[in-house]
Amino acid sequence: MAGTVLPSPGRFARTPHAARQERTERLARAAFALMAAAMIVPLVSILAYLLVRAWPVLSWEFLVDVPRRGMTQGGVWPAFVGTLYLVGLSLAVSAPLGVLAAVYLNEYARDTWFKRAVNLAVINLAGVPSIVHALFGLGAFVYAARFGYSILAASMTLGIMTLPVIVTSTREALAAVPIAFREACWNVGATRWQTIRAVVLPNSISGILTGVILEVSRAAGETAPIMFTGAVFFKAVERGDLFPYRINEQCMALSMHLYTLATQVPGVDEALPFATAIVLLGSVLLVNATAIALRVFLRNRKRW
Amino acid sequence: MSPENAPDPDPARRARRPRRPRWAILGERAIEAAIRLSGVSAIVFVAAIFFFVLREALPVLLRDEFSLGQFLFGTEWYPTSATNVRYGSLALTVGTASVAALAMAFAVPFGLGTAIYISEFCSRRTRETLKVVIELLSAIPSVVWGFIGLTVMSKLIVRLTGAPVGVNLLNGAIIVALMSLPIIVSISEDALKAVPDHYREAALALGATRWQTVWRVLLPAAKNGLLAAVLLGVGRAVGETMAVLMATGHAVNIPHGLLDSVRTLTANIAAELGEAPVGSDHYRVLFLTGTLLFLITFAVNLTADLVVRGSRRR
Repeated sequence: MAGTVLPSPGRFARTPHAARQERTERLARAAFALMAAAMIVPLVSILAYLLVRAWPVLSWEFLVDVPRRGMTQGGVWPAFVGTLYLVGLSLAVSAPLGVLAAVYLNEYARDTWFKRAVNLAVINLAGVPSIVHALFGLGAFVYAARFGYSILAASMTLGIMTLPVIVTSTREALAAVPIAFREACWNVGATRWQTIRAVVLPNSISGILTGVILEVSRAAGETAPIMFTGAVFFKAVERGDLFPYRINEQCMALSMHLYTLATQVPGVDEALPFATAIVLLGSVLLVNATAIALRVFLRNRKRW
Repeated sequence: MSPENAPDPDPARRARRPRRPRWAILGERAIEAAIRLSGVSAIVFVAAIFFFVLREALPVLLRDEFSLGQFLFGTEWYPTSATNVRYGSLALTVGTASVAALAMAFAVPFGLGTAIYISEFCSRRTRETLKVVIELLSAIPSVVWGFIGLTVMSKLIVRLTGAPVGVNLLNGAIIVALMSLPIIVSISEDALKAVPDHYREAALALGATRWQTVWRVLLPAAKNGLLAAVLLGVGRAVGETMAVLMATGHAVNIPHGLLDSVRTLTANIAAELGEAPVGSDHYRVLFLTGTLLFLITFAVNLTADLVVRGSRRR
């Protein structure tokens, strides 16, 4: 650059101070970008590693087959169905309760200490450690309510634990419906509930659905709350049987099965726990991806 | 605010006005009652959790031989010893605290950095991608994280540090850090987004670079929200169960280094509850540990809420 003559360095030349500023700026930008990239690396590398290790046994057969030879071989069918049972039943608890609670918080509650208390309770319900939920389920459902160790007790525990997921996302969905919609409805003489049923809920159903989907993924992955309330290490089940359990029996679950294979069973086929992890992770991520896709689709379609 | 119409003053017109059938009115009353009840249910559940966990723990608290001081500050945990039964949970508490502190040491800088990048530096497209990644990261079940710690991370740690066992404090902390990153990122991003745009505009108008805006304007302005994010991350780290059960090793001792095995309060319950006979002292002490955990996380969440509320009022 020494040879070229700059047209009047003047006021726009870079002072050392400006140069330093620019350097800092670039450095900060790079550092933050690096940190953000550090979020992607574990997700991708973990998925890749698990897939590679699971590859030898991963097949349709693995999903529909039952565990064999003291769980050292075979598939995950009983655990998979057990998870479906638990998730379905927990949804029956948390979906109505959660949606109604969110309707209360967003449509009925005035801004008082009571609403604040409810809010705080929802946050706390999400913040209580999962193992404490397990203790609660054990004390309340297994013993006090006399459900015994059963699918019922386990899914009630799961349902209460995942309630905040539904409350939070439903609330967001309800809050996104413009107040003008409600006012228009009130003005033609509708009551509060009529307005909610005819205007607010139909306009937010997609957001509510997203919350429900997220609850499914959350409930499917939990281990601690079901460990002491209804999930067992092993249960004999027919291959491919869709209704192997009764509601007052214990069941197997995918998350519990992974824990068992990884820590409790000696001599497991190397790829087996990895494949179980892939089945669990795959289902959860698939469910989550559905929720994300649904949200993006609806956001693009929104008319207001 | 009531959308209900005031009754018509003219009785004749009032009679002609079509009325809703009785069942519709009753039905509406019923559903509104259900809505209110569901609203209260969250409070009921939190109270019930505390009640039922404490109820199982109470008998041992009331016994003469049991001292709360020894439970909280004793370092000897021999729950199944035949001759010398000791329930001192200090080593477990220290285990929990050390895992949580180390995890936060990893997760807070990365979490805040990512949140700043997402909200201030990157393009819209990158932002959407990153948010999806973070959401997927938060969806990974804790037992899968534990499995990763047990298989992948432990091998890495043994290879890199030469430690005799790979499941230890460092392993657990890294796993817990990865698990609490999503919540820290999303809450701090919310906090940064909540800073009004005219703060940014004012800073730019003064000729500040973006980094200067972030450092001098946004971070101080969003201070409370960021603190709440960190607190919620701490709450998550303290409460994490399956991952630390599988990744931290199984030794009940006070750690002296990063490569020592530890056991946390949560993992201890998960590991021993299955073996403790129902109604025994051991069983009740585990419920007492649960009560302690409940109180810790309650305090953390309450503080986070107060901090956020404080920032909003301002």
